[in-house]
Amino acid sequence: MREERTEMSKDDDRSPPLDLRGADIAESSSKTRNCVTGSGHVTGLNPMEFQAPYPDQVLENVLENVLQFLTSRRDRNAASLVCKSWCRVEALTRSELFIGNCYSVSPRRATARFSRVRAVAIKGRPRFADFNLMPPEWGAHFAPWVAALGSAYPWLEKVYLKRMSVTDEDLKHLAEYFPCFKELVLVCCDGFGTRGLAVIAKKCRQLRVLDLIESEVAESDMDWIGEFPECGMTCLESLIFDCVESPINFEALERLVIRSPSLKKLRLNRFVSIGQLYRLMVRAPQLTHLGTGSFSLAEGVAHGDQEPDYESAFAACKSLVCLSGFREITPDYLSAIYAVCANLTSLNLSYANINAEQLKTVIFHCHKLQTFWVLDSICDEGLQAAAATCKDLRELRVFPIDAREDSEGPVSDVGLRAISEGCRKLQSILYFCQHMTNAAVIAMSNNCPDLEVFRLCIMGRHRPDHVTNEPMDEGFGAIVKNCKKLTRLAVSGLLTDQAFSYIGRYGKLVRTLSVAFAGDSDLGLKYVLEGCPRLQKLEIRDSPFGDAALRSGLHHYYNMRFLWMSSCRLSPQGCREIARALPRLVVEVIRDEADVIRGECEEHIDEPFDILYMYRSLERPRDDAPNFVTILH
Amino acid sequence: MPPDTLSDSPESDVTSAVTFKDTELTLGIPGEPTRSPAGKFCTKRGFIETVDLNLRTSTSKPRGKTHADEVDDKSDDVVSGACKTPASKTQVVGWPPVRSYRKKALESCKYVKVAVDGAPYLRKVDLETYNSYQELLMTLEKMFTCFKIRGNYLGESKVIDPMKEMEYVPTYEDKDGDWMLVGDVPWKMFIESCKRIRLMKSSEAVGLAPRTPPRCTTTT
Repeated sequence: MREERTEMSKDDDRSPPLDLRGADIAESSSKTRNCVTGSGHVTGLNPMEFQAPYPDQVLENVLENVLQFLTSRRDRNAASLVCKSWCRVEALTRSELFIGNCYSVSPRRATARFSRVRAVAIKGRPRFADFNLMPPEWGAHFAPWVAALGSAYPWLEKVYLKRMSVTDEDLKHLAEYFPCFKELVLVCCDGFGTRGLAVIAKKCRQLRVLDLIESEVAESDMDWIGEFPECGMTCLESLIFDCVESPINFEALERLVIRSPSLKKLRLNRFVSIGQLYRLMVRAPQLTHLGTGSFSLAEGVAHGDQEPDYESAFAACKSLVCLSGFREITPDYLSAIYAVCANLTSLNLSYANINAEQLKTVIFHCHKLQTFWVLDSICDEGLQAAAATCKDLRELRVFPIDAREDSEGPVSDVGLRAISEGCRKLQSILYFCQHMTNAAVIAMSNNCPDLEVFRLCIMGRHRPDHVTNEPMDEGFGAIVKNCKKLTRLAVSGLLTDQAFSYIGRYGKLVRTLSVAFAGDSDLGLKYVLEGCPRLQKLEIRDSPFGDAALRSGLHHYYNMRFLWMSSCRLSPQGCREIARALPRLVVEVIRDEADVIRGECEEHIDEPFDILYMYRSLERPRDDAPNFVTILH
Repeated sequence: MPPDTLSDSPESDVTSAVTFKDTELTLGIPGEPTRSPAGKFCTKRGFIETVDLNLRTSTSKPRGKTHADEVDDKSDDVVSGACKTPASKTQVVGWPPVRSYRKKALESCKYVKVAVDGAPYLRKVDLETYNSYQELLMTLEKMFTCFKIRGNYLGESKVIDPMKEMEYVPTYEDKDGDWMLVGDVPWKMFIESCKRIRLMKSSEAVGLAPRTPPRCTTTT
């Protein structure tokens, strides 16, 4: 058991081992810590709880000085397991707190253990919730966290939240509790609006970073940009709001940019026209990351009326390395960016409906490109062009312009193969397509040995290799076999248990696995649970895995962050067995909201359910679960 | 590249109208009999006839927006019956796994700009909200009420004199960058390939040879 503890992946945020006895360690360490005050000085004993200095204290101080240098979460977790003393000191020196599942530990427990945190990252909802598989209002509220953080870490500087529900009230508290607040990053969050943003803008005088990424921002007529202080320079370095779906006060934004000499990252939303973009760019030629907004004329403006020289504005941005936006692109304007292409390491055209020809004019200049996000409107031909030029490509994402099962499918195995042949350094790929062949996937497994992330989404469910008509087993098998660094895998297409046998046999480093409409029987899931020791996150939908398969993972569930299974062959009884066998696992079954309303008020524990979502936790099951969630025991 | 400028002096119509009469363009899918409804001034078929023709041959159906993620198909995905073969084409909730944020963003990028020769402003339409050419054109007519769009009145046999009245022909730019006459292809194909729409003055539409899908041949 001990060996497995030390092999926990870097995603693991705390050190509790398999049997979670570590919980007791954490408790006792916080008690003894009281006699070493926050300052860590030998002589700084708390007069209220006097204890004679113990022999380890000198060692602890040395340790403290050494452990300051440990930055990796994984290393810190390992260090904290050495002994109580190390655990204590590590807790004192950890300044970045990462909570991979907001329900795995309570705010109180986390803040009690780590007393000197300056930056906090918290993740909430499971990823499959993004695809409307679960009713909203499931949970992941930031509120209890902000309250605890407020009292524990008044010096807090950074907050990073992913898939959390954040309210305007929470944002208000953030601004109030933390006078040194510097960075707020909200990824895939919801529950707040422009009112909350306004408070942040107004009150956080030391704000350097305000990044809103793929978050849902409720509209209101609040002019939040206008709330940034009007006088003097700001310390703003990054302002990302491309996901905000309401217009902004452009004049205020322009003034803000003028007053922000440190601004390096600016990503505008689609309500900023190309004319307005120009005005901002000439004010901020020091930008390194730019999101262009709509990249078309404002409504009501006709093409051809004296237009500014967009090309020169781009040419003036000599430091630009990351370009995105193009939300409502008028392709005619693409030529404006040619001057910066040679320096670009990241290009996101995934909202730009452009064809192969239009892409080619741009991509041929992008020799240094490492990250490329694009729509499949560029077709295989566009991908071939990218493959021919972008020899340094590390990450590719090809999104579907028409995300339906029976749509045209402009990219295919041809594009995938071309990329594999041209971009040998590829590390991460997300590829949506209608048709694929095993041969192309095998080719990629051979050509791109550095692959760490392979996510292939064949949009037609249960679709076989379109040339041989065989399942896609061999393709994915080759990926897990040949790509020795693979940590994340998403499978699709027609897959039998054989594919999972390969994953279990070869996918020894796989941490995240996404499965949909795949497999034949319980064996499939068994192979994976028994074969993949590093598995942390497993999300499965619409696959024929039942209770027996679920049981086969009992030895491993405490090592995982979560398991999601929806529309599989599980029974409430089977899930309850797991809950009883593993008391530190929270086993949630989630039903359709409509069913819950129609049914009776008490727990309909034996009725079929849609989703099983289970995760380890140091706490009792949460008390904020909505009525469509039943926690089994 | 198709002309982008919108303004054009009316005087130019006079000179071009002469050649217009002589050109006698025929439209439509080769193989279909070219009809010349009684009472029509010129052999060029009015727009609406073209539309009718296509509607009969096309399989255009409403795009089934109701199949979008909002529909709860989960009753099909009940615990015991997980492994479905896709017998039907109904969209399944949350599949393909594209975030609704991205889907919404792409919808708005699928809005198509509409320009009218002579008008200083552009409009935008979401083609997916229409089920047929007729619906689209009626909306366009409402948007640009001061411009008469040729052939927009279903059923009426209009005598159109391009010299006297400012008639506009709806044209569009397709995926390949070519300018086509609206109505040539089936509706579904149209919405997939249309990038922007331009209501072109009839007089200028002279030079616009009708293009047809590659396997057909064009006659002028």
